[in-house]
Amino acid sequence: MEAEAAALLGKYIGAGLACLAMAGAGIGVGHVAGNFLAGALRNPAAAKEQTATLFIGMAFAEALGIFGLVVAMLLLFAV
Amino acid sequence: MAAAEHGEQSFIHPMDQFVIKPLFGGGEVQLLSITNSTLWMAISVLGITALTVWGTSGRALVPTRVQSVAELLYGFVRQMVEEVAGEGSMKYFPYIFTLFTFILFSNMLGMIPGSFTPTAHIAVTATLALAVFITVTVIGFMKHGAHFLTFFWPQEAPGWLRPVLCVIELISYFVRPVSHSIRLGANMLAGHAVLKVFAGLFAMVIAGGLGPMAVVPLAAMVGLTAFEFLVAFIQAYVFAILTCVYLHDALHMH
Repeated sequence: MEAEAAALLGKYIGAGLACLAMAGAGIGVGHVAGNFLAGALRNPAAAKEQTATLFIGMAFAEALGIFGLVVAMLLLFAV
Repeated sequence: MAAAEHGEQSFIHPMDQFVIKPLFGGGEVQLLSITNSTLWMAISVLGITALTVWGTSGRALVPTRVQSVAELLYGFVRQMVEEVAGEGSMKYFPYIFTLFTFILFSNMLGMIPGSFTPTAHIAVTATLALAVFITVTVIGFMKHGAHFLTFFWPQEAPGWLRPVLCVIELISYFVRPVSHSIRLGANMLAGHAVLKVFAGLFAMVIAGGLGPMAVVPLAAMVGLTAFEFLVAFIQAYVFAILTCVYLHDALHMH
């Protein structure tokens, strides 16, 4: 296989592997939301003011999965 | 990244919608050319101006509908800034309001079919995030002087661990604009790219002759569009609230 085709193969396999980052993001966001739900069901009155923390936590957890997407995009289009 | 002519055999081109094209003149994008990105950012700014000017022109005690929307927007951002950024932060409220409404309107206007989302480009979001980073750092140094550098020196750790933690704190501080920009940009990019992929699947199913099966990608697109509206709002909110968190760190260093 000549070098160009091998590079293309490597790029596409790498882009596919970078999508495994979504697994971590899914677990992370679910963990944050689940803990918030458990806390909110115990203490519903205090849940309202912690929604800001919930969204910040979910954004941080989601961002790491999105970084995996950025790696995939870089491999597909910018390498 | 402008795959205008497609050599290989794929029929779905989700990245074409993000190409920046000059609107007049054609061809190369130069430093001051008016592009589709410029147009949609201008529409976003005009929309915000129209909402706030029209909304505050009435000044009725019992607000009319437009005044109510403008008051909701103002109250929402004000509550967020006061709660999260703490005291002494209200003089930075106009900046945070500008960031929030610009990103919100840009994201929402990008949901119109055929429009362009300027915040899907890392150039736009990196500029916004870099501006936030520089602003917050300068505010920190202006308020605390050289004492601001003790923000990176962990007092609560055992003595031998402090240099290591200091390096880690410094690195995580400088990574802030990177994550801040990529979070917004990649969320917008991913949402629109996935919508385009499903649209391409829909077209492929119709072209392949399996008419009724096309309801599957169509249903997925409806659900994803609803999700994208939510993500547009949440990402604008998260950008603004993280700016408030960084501002809080700069103003009260703990």
